[in-house]
Amino acid sequence: MQADDLINLALSLLTNISVLVIISIGLAVIFGMMGIINLAHGEFLMLGAFATLTAVRAGLNIWIAMILAALAVGVFGLIVERLLIRHLYGRLIDSMLATWGLSLILIQGVVLIFGPSTQGIRTPLGDVRIGDYSISQYSLALIVAALVLLAIVFWVFTRTPYGIMARASTQLPSMASAVGINTSRTNMITFAFGSALAGAGGALLAPMAGVVPNMGQAYVARAFMTVVVGGPGVLTGTSAASAFLGSLERVVSSLWAPFFGQAALLVAAIVLLRFMPTGLSGRWGRQL
Amino acid sequence: MSMSEELNERRKLSRREFLELGAAGTGLLLLAGCGGGQGGGGQGEIVVGSVLDQTGPLNIYGEPMQDSTKLAVADINNKGGVLGSKLKLVSYDAQSANEKYTEFANRLALQDQAVVIMGGITSASREAIRPVIDRTNTLYFYNEQYEGGVCDKNVFCTGVVPSQQLDALIPWAIKNIGPKLYVLAADYNYGHISAEWVKRYAEKSGGEVIGTDFIPLEVADFRSVIDDLQGAQPDVVVSLLVGGNHIPFYRQFASAGLGESMKIVSPTFGLGNEQVVLAPSESQNITVAYPYFQELDNPTNKEFVDRWHKTYGEDYEYITDSAATVWNGWHLWAEAVEKAGSTDKDKVTEALESEITFDGPSGLVKLDGGSHHLIQNVHIAETNENKGFDVIDSQQSVPPSYEQEVCDLIANPNEKTQFTP
Repeated sequence: MQADDLINLALSLLTNISVLVIISIGLAVIFGMMGIINLAHGEFLMLGAFATLTAVRAGLNIWIAMILAALAVGVFGLIVERLLIRHLYGRLIDSMLATWGLSLILIQGVVLIFGPSTQGIRTPLGDVRIGDYSISQYSLALIVAALVLLAIVFWVFTRTPYGIMARASTQLPSMASAVGINTSRTNMITFAFGSALAGAGGALLAPMAGVVPNMGQAYVARAFMTVVVGGPGVLTGTSAASAFLGSLERVVSSLWAPFFGQAALLVAAIVLLRFMPTGLSGRWGRQL
Repeated sequence: MSMSEELNERRKLSRREFLELGAAGTGLLLLAGCGGGQGGGGQGEIVVGSVLDQTGPLNIYGEPMQDSTKLAVADINNKGGVLGSKLKLVSYDAQSANEKYTEFANRLALQDQAVVIMGGITSASREAIRPVIDRTNTLYFYNEQYEGGVCDKNVFCTGVVPSQQLDALIPWAIKNIGPKLYVLAADYNYGHISAEWVKRYAEKSGGEVIGTDFIPLEVADFRSVIDDLQGAQPDVVVSLLVGGNHIPFYRQFASAGLGESMKIVSPTFGLGNEQVVLAPSESQNITVAYPYFQELDNPTNKEFVDRWHKTYGEDYEYITDSAATVWNGWHLWAEAVEKAGSTDKDKVTEALESEITFDGPSGLVKLDGGSHHLIQNVHIAETNENKGFDVIDSQQSVPPSYEQEVCDLIANPNEKTQFTP
């Protein structure tokens, strides 16, 4: 193996891991911290992609469009929380049913507004040559984006007053209220934050994948798998699970076919959960 | 309390609640049965059926085909219909799901009593329809490019087949680009059989297929494929990719800058207006081969494009080859019915097998009686900057040579199979 083969493989692995991080981090915040099973997570990704598409069509720079899309989906998440999720805390089965219904409504709503056709945005940036290989610079941008999202989550949950309160509210809600934290408001902001992260994930996917109303379905299974395998740690769990599952999928896809890569990811998740039911970060005692 | 305790605590249904639920459920079921299917035409109308994907990832093909279906039926009706009666079109959306094709084909044949069913897009959907129409003895037209070889008395295939399309495209690619081919194919019957055809035609022209990747229809991530291509360094990439989820391949190929060292040729690119979804820089230098391009310069096509734009708007993205194939299918059927003097399946089949011709937008097409396929023109073209194609080579009246070789339904009417290489 030459140097450029290794570099190409390494970057390829990192990109795959970053994609898993990007699609899962929003779900990790919502499911990992609040215990809400949001089956509409794929559709939040999809909304982020469509919001980016709209903003780019309106003439905005693509990066600004992505940031605006993330914020827009965050606001949407806030509305959803107030109207729907607020009544579902602690009711696991009911939250599944309600969010699944929401996912159906969102898909059809987007079909009504945008039509059922596949649309797309041009991938920004160019390519860069590394030895015999040329790599899309956007793949590298995804690696940077994943790190940025993880850093944002870390900063929000450790350095802001809201972050401390959010962690308290999810660990021991009754005690947090007793101390004077408005848990209901904190949960609302947490859901909105998770939605914004999901929106950012979808926005980052938009230049790579076809933007179509049911695009969320392709990602939601992997996102859930990553979050459940990751365990309760929002950052540590998601990163560890993404690294493990992402590398495995990529390596198996290269050796055989993309189909086997996906199968390997599923099998690995099942095996891992059998032996570590609380997920990878369950035993580490980390809170974040 | 914990979740399992909560669940165990549900009280039993009282008899009253059970009866209420039962009544409501029965009422719902009756209502559901009312929906869909008009069942039989009005006074003197002939019911014809169509099943296509108007939603889901395969609707990139289905939308232009559905538009063409409506336009063709309206065109036939404007000229007086067939045998003095108007056509009543009953069409269903299969939502890119094969089981719905079976369901709607059954419905068209048995409930709506359609005298002909036209539809199916992917070869998987065609093979979902075929057993139904064979069992119900219904006439079926499959109006779409495919991997060739279907030999069934009830089925007429008007789409372009490998012995017309790949037999033109692959030798051209080897002669003009290079002898090393890498095949990317959608992972289902069409992809596997067509990949076999590419290998045959490549070897016949002195080329070689150095690698093949099969990609499922749901997969939209092509990074491992891009890596395989960079490792193998072919001259030509033959793309047999299908559906909306595969469009990102062309985007990822372009953004990795691979267009400088290898060129894409494809017998499927363009059928779903991929060149419209992608930016021109992402779809440049892709070579395709079809019977129909919107840019074709003949009077029939000018009239066809005019009528299309009048009905669907001047800013309609692009009229695909599939749309022209559907148009040919409907008009060939209408002509055969007039010739037979009846809509009875056997009489119409006999008329179709008597070498019917039709002057369509792609030129003159002739139905080859023995094979139930079309003799038609094939053009090789390249993507241009206006989200369309520039024709670079043309062949007139290309016969479906493989189908003619293996299939003679006039001599063997009981044949119901698909021949593969």
